[in-house]
Amino acid sequence: MNIMMLLEMAGGVFPDRPAFTDCSSGQSLTYAQLFEAARYRAASVRASGAERLVKLDVSNLGTPLSLFTSAWAGVPYVPLNYRLTDTEIEALLKRVTPAYLVTQAERAVRLGGLDGVLPVSSAAFLADNLHPHPVAEEWSMDPDEIAVLLFTSGTTGEPKAAVLRHKHLVAYILSSVEFACAEEQEAALVCVPPYHIAGIAAILSSVYSARHVIQLPNFTPQAWLEAARKYAVTTAFLVPTMLARIVDHLEGESTAGLPHLKNLSYGGGKMPLSVIHKAMQLLPDTDFSNAYGLTETSSTIAVLGPAEHRTAQASDDADVRRRLVSVGQPLPGVEIEIRNDQGEPLGPGERGEIYVRGEQVSGEYEGRGSATDADGWFATRDAGSIDEQGYLFLEGRADDVIVRGGENLSPGEIEDVLLAHPAVLDAAVVGVPDEQWGEGVAAALVARKGMQIDGVELQAYVKEQLRSSRVPQMIAVWDELPYNETGKLLRRVVKARLIDQSVD
Amino acid sequence: MPELKSGSRLKSAVCEGEVMVVSAPPADVEITCGGTAMFASGGEGVAAEIDPEQAVGIAIGKRYITEDESLEVLCVKAGQGSLAVDGALLLQKDTKKLPKTD
Repeated sequence: MNIMMLLEMAGGVFPDRPAFTDCSSGQSLTYAQLFEAARYRAASVRASGAERLVKLDVSNLGTPLSLFTSAWAGVPYVPLNYRLTDTEIEALLKRVTPAYLVTQAERAVRLGGLDGVLPVSSAAFLADNLHPHPVAEEWSMDPDEIAVLLFTSGTTGEPKAAVLRHKHLVAYILSSVEFACAEEQEAALVCVPPYHIAGIAAILSSVYSARHVIQLPNFTPQAWLEAARKYAVTTAFLVPTMLARIVDHLEGESTAGLPHLKNLSYGGGKMPLSVIHKAMQLLPDTDFSNAYGLTETSSTIAVLGPAEHRTAQASDDADVRRRLVSVGQPLPGVEIEIRNDQGEPLGPGERGEIYVRGEQVSGEYEGRGSATDADGWFATRDAGSIDEQGYLFLEGRADDVIVRGGENLSPGEIEDVLLAHPAVLDAAVVGVPDEQWGEGVAAALVARKGMQIDGVELQAYVKEQLRSSRVPQMIAVWDELPYNETGKLLRRVVKARLIDQSVD
Repeated sequence: MPELKSGSRLKSAVCEGEVMVVSAPPADVEITCGGTAMFASGGEGVAAEIDPEQAVGIAIGKRYITEDESLEVLCVKAGQGSLAVDGALLLQKDTKKLPKTD
């Protein structure tokens, strides 16, 4: 079992179909070319004596080539965040030596002096004449070999390296993708960072579908729309903040939408209800899917499909409408449970921590072993609930729960109410230290253009809909909320700033 | 007889067909293709004639299971032979189509 097998199969059936096109350079590789290129790079990596292949660059043709080269050479693929500083990168590189490092030319020079690091510029990695020998052997079929090491953003302390073995990634692809299902003219637009699990899943899913991938290295709504139209893109994945910016842009346009876009999926953070409603109105012929997954689970574990999106939007029933903010139901082969603090399973509608089990679930970190329990369950640290019909709702991180006077409050529930107010564009609710209650509820809000936020009025608004314990005792209005580049709200930053503001 | 474990790759002795074991039963079984035992990829097989009774073929990307579902293989290269265990032909597994998410 090896992810190389996925490429071999696609290349065997559609050798001349374009596999990847880099939007910024316009260069392409066909399936057969990608397969052959990996065969030659694998020999270079083997000859170097490296035990890891590190990719430190924006998305380009070297991204899928690095992933498959690693798999063929039998060394883990380690994509790093190119936005990190050299100091941060050096600290991570020291943990993965001896390493074959594919990076931008300037960085190849700067990082070249490190012990056990063999730098190769992205251009040299792609140049066929610099890799004259093909690897002799086939790749290993040992399902337990490590395919990918992914450094998680690290909420506290040192970043952890999540371990994904070939068996996890192959299990994910086999259970979620039908082989060679893409039509000749289909194209997927990929703009998620290559060091994110969604970026790796996008490569593997597209390859097994034999779908042409258009790589957009630097996201802006204009560039995304331009590429989607130029390449007649049929499939795309976005994080919520990206979709929000595209929706804004589409609203201001006179030209007609995106006629080729059949499927648009999103995930990686909470999607504001107003954004998905507007997106569905602007793109009525596009099928929307919401995907929920984690690095440790080889990407998607639950999906809310297109039919459910349409039913929810058209329904008058509040419970059915609410499903639009759910992340749907587990993929085949994935089991999901909600448990309380004592690890006991909870019933429908009850909030607790999300546990997941399945062949695609690794739950392992390098040097720390597997975090799954004896029965294979992995605690996601995400809070959530499952309704009577089996739809999963996310309620933020388990660590984000606010404990006010012994009562557990979910920030997500309060944020949903705040976001429904006409003056509120964006909202983040966190717990701040409180003498009387241990923790108090604080909210950072962004006002809609041309609107004023009245704190007292908003408190009354929340009180009308939720219990008084959930009313924010502090409301701050900011120009924007802090997000990371994949659209995750940085709650720790919100919390620190609110605590600062409350002291002032 | 090649060891049957999840992830191992087998080749047909009668055609171009190749499969990967997705899940294997605890007890050793022998998979045949076109009537002749398959051999481990990388190993040596003796070419054989296809049994015309077992020549429906296997299609790339399709999965095949025994009736009790204890064995599942994925066809990674198409061939003319049909797969069987203990003389019973494997069945093609129906897979559910999912919305595209990445």
